[in-house]
Amino acid sequence: MKKLAVLLFATLIGASAQAAEYQFDTKGAHAFVQFRIKHLGYSWLYGRFDKFDGSFVYDEAKPEDASVQVTVDTTSLNSNHAERDKHLRGKDFLNVDKFPTATFKSTAFEPKGDGKALLKGDLTLHGVTKPITIDVEEIGGGKDPWGGYRQGFTGTTEFKLKDFGIDYDLGPASQTVEMILDVEGIRQ
Amino acid sequence: MQTRNSKTQYGWVAVLFHWLMAPAIIGMFALGWWMVGLSYYDPWYRQGPDIHKSVGILLFALLVARLLWRWINVEPAPEPAPRWQQRVAGAAHWLMYGLLLAIFLSGYLISTADGRAIDVFNWFSVPATLQGLENQEDIAGVIHEWLAWILMGLVVIHGLAAFKHHFVNKDRTLKKMLGRAPHE
Repeated sequence: MKKLAVLLFATLIGASAQAAEYQFDTKGAHAFVQFRIKHLGYSWLYGRFDKFDGSFVYDEAKPEDASVQVTVDTTSLNSNHAERDKHLRGKDFLNVDKFPTATFKSTAFEPKGDGKALLKGDLTLHGVTKPITIDVEEIGGGKDPWGGYRQGFTGTTEFKLKDFGIDYDLGPASQTVEMILDVEGIRQ
Repeated sequence: MQTRNSKTQYGWVAVLFHWLMAPAIIGMFALGWWMVGLSYYDPWYRQGPDIHKSVGILLFALLVARLLWRWINVEPAPEPAPRWQQRVAGAAHWLMYGLLLAIFLSGYLISTADGRAIDVFNWFSVPATLQGLENQEDIAGVIHEWLAWILMGLVVIHGLAAFKHHFVNKDRTLKKMLGRAPHE
């Protein structure tokens, strides 16, 4: 019994030592929360959220234990056009007065080999929480030139605006929005 | 009809300013209220705001000219009424001018928040000046909308007061603004 307790304790210590927590490098802006949606079906419109924060836990030896959480300030939407941004923040779309934050919390991380993985989790947007799956690709990781340790990923996902209660009609080609998430985390 | 105001009468310039701007301002409120509810595929989705912005700039220019004209002209004396009524009426008129200026300014700050200019009927464009403030377009938008509603409230009171003078007091208030009826 005593042996088992020691073993368990050692395992916990070992696990916590390896599974490091990383904070998004928002200070240096090496993290981006972007979206794109088709305009009339003729071109892609890109926008981003300028303010967000997040962290992830990642252990190269046990990637399946990884977890991520992100909080986005929806009022920081920026599509490079003030009038459009005002409209997108308004009641027709994100209604940021009522829903000033969007969040993502992962529930599972499934490595697919080759640095690719599926990140599953709950997205809360416009007051609606729904499970989504993000296709993740590890870009790289290692020491940075300033004494820190970094790990970076890119992720993409898509969902219908209607699924999150946003039903302003942008036309049949513009029902689905793609999210492109690029993060570089600094090990804490 | 005289050009300039007199102690008893508005000149035609002041009358024209009033009746040019009154329907335009009410129309702008209606247009603004209607256009923000349009669907993306409505032909007016782009045209409505274009007209709203163009007319807004022109109305601003008209208001500046109107205030200058007012400044270099005498004000016709108000009709006999209790002192407090004359004061309230005078304050209401200045409040409407002030609201209009604030509405023009806030509207301008929405459309120029990202540095874009406002194009006036493909005739000339007004460049951005104050831009890039934190959520400028949202804050200016809320102010623009609220002040427009307050102005419309004042417009209703202003119109009712004119009718009250005309039909209840039977004085020359409304007739003067129509440029008619000098003292018999």
